[in-house]
Amino acid sequence: MNLTINGEVRAMAPLPHLAALVTTLGLDPRKVAIERNLEIVPRSAYEQTPVADGDRIEIVHFIGGG
Amino acid sequence: MDDIGTPTLSAADTWTVAGRTFTSRLIVGTGKYKDYATNAAAAEAAGAEIVTVAIRRVNLSDPSQPMLVDHVKPDRFTFLPNTAGCFTGEDAVRTLRLAREAGGWNLVKLEVLSNTKHLLPDMEETLRALKLLIADGFEVMVYCSDDPVYALKLEEAGAAAIMPLGAPIGSGRGIQNMLNLGLIIEQSKVPVLVDAGVGTASDAAVAMELGCDAVLMNTAIAEARDPILMASAMRHAVIAGREAFLAGRMPKRMYADPSSPLAGLI
Repeated sequence: MNLTINGEVRAMAPLPHLAALVTTLGLDPRKVAIERNLEIVPRSAYEQTPVADGDRIEIVHFIGGG
Repeated sequence: MDDIGTPTLSAADTWTVAGRTFTSRLIVGTGKYKDYATNAAAAEAAGAEIVTVAIRRVNLSDPSQPMLVDHVKPDRFTFLPNTAGCFTGEDAVRTLRLAREAGGWNLVKLEVLSNTKHLLPDMEETLRALKLLIADGFEVMVYCSDDPVYALKLEEAGAAAIMPLGAPIGSGRGIQNMLNLGLIIEQSKVPVLVDAGVGTASDAAVAMELGCDAVLMNTAIAEARDPILMASAMRHAVIAGREAFLAGRMPKRMYADPSSPLAGLI
């Protein structure tokens, strides 16, 4: 399936849920926040949230800023 | 007084924003440092209790890159997520909803800028964004122009703190309009912080002498030759300015007034 993650189209093997995507990308779920198709997904819901072909996913974190 | 007779600020000299009470009156940014370790050391040297942070996309090509939260730790500092880079109310709301999910905090810094040359706030859009954020349950500290009229509108709309600029972001030009800042401080019932424009320690002292509740700065520390030493200087300047404000300065006179008595001269 194709996912647009942070503006970049990626071909991914099918994934059972959002938590699996986070793991596949090598990210620590405690340090990121995720939007799926413009909806915020609470961290507690990653394992209940499906990932489907064509989804637009934004994954952000805190960086330095003023 | 401590045991050597030096007057000290009372332990009760705290300030409170959105129900949270702080002792340090210096908030520092976390941008522009050469690395997060220097950043963390500077925040410690500044004695800061609050740091501003930005929200950006994770770098997916290298997830092992250093992360801010591994150095500047959220259990040590209150994170104040900002909306830097947002030019509309909708952008700001979207960014801060993500920040709230990432960190779990409702206390945020709103800044809606107008153009990339002077980075001055777009006050009409800032006020609109503030209303959207308050309706969404946020406690909002608002970066704004040094306009007392707009500052009052922000307060009436429910801003948790008013944060007028001293000078444009990153310009280091110091406090450009003491008169307007004084008017804003006088009229505001919520905390007033000078945010942006501080270039060196004396600028921070001036802001505090005017009666601000706190000062927020980033570039003045991050771009100093020795950021950690400058962070310490800023800490002292903020304390000095605060103590001078509380002490009440002497009146200004047109002419000299001798410090040694004229009576009893030989």
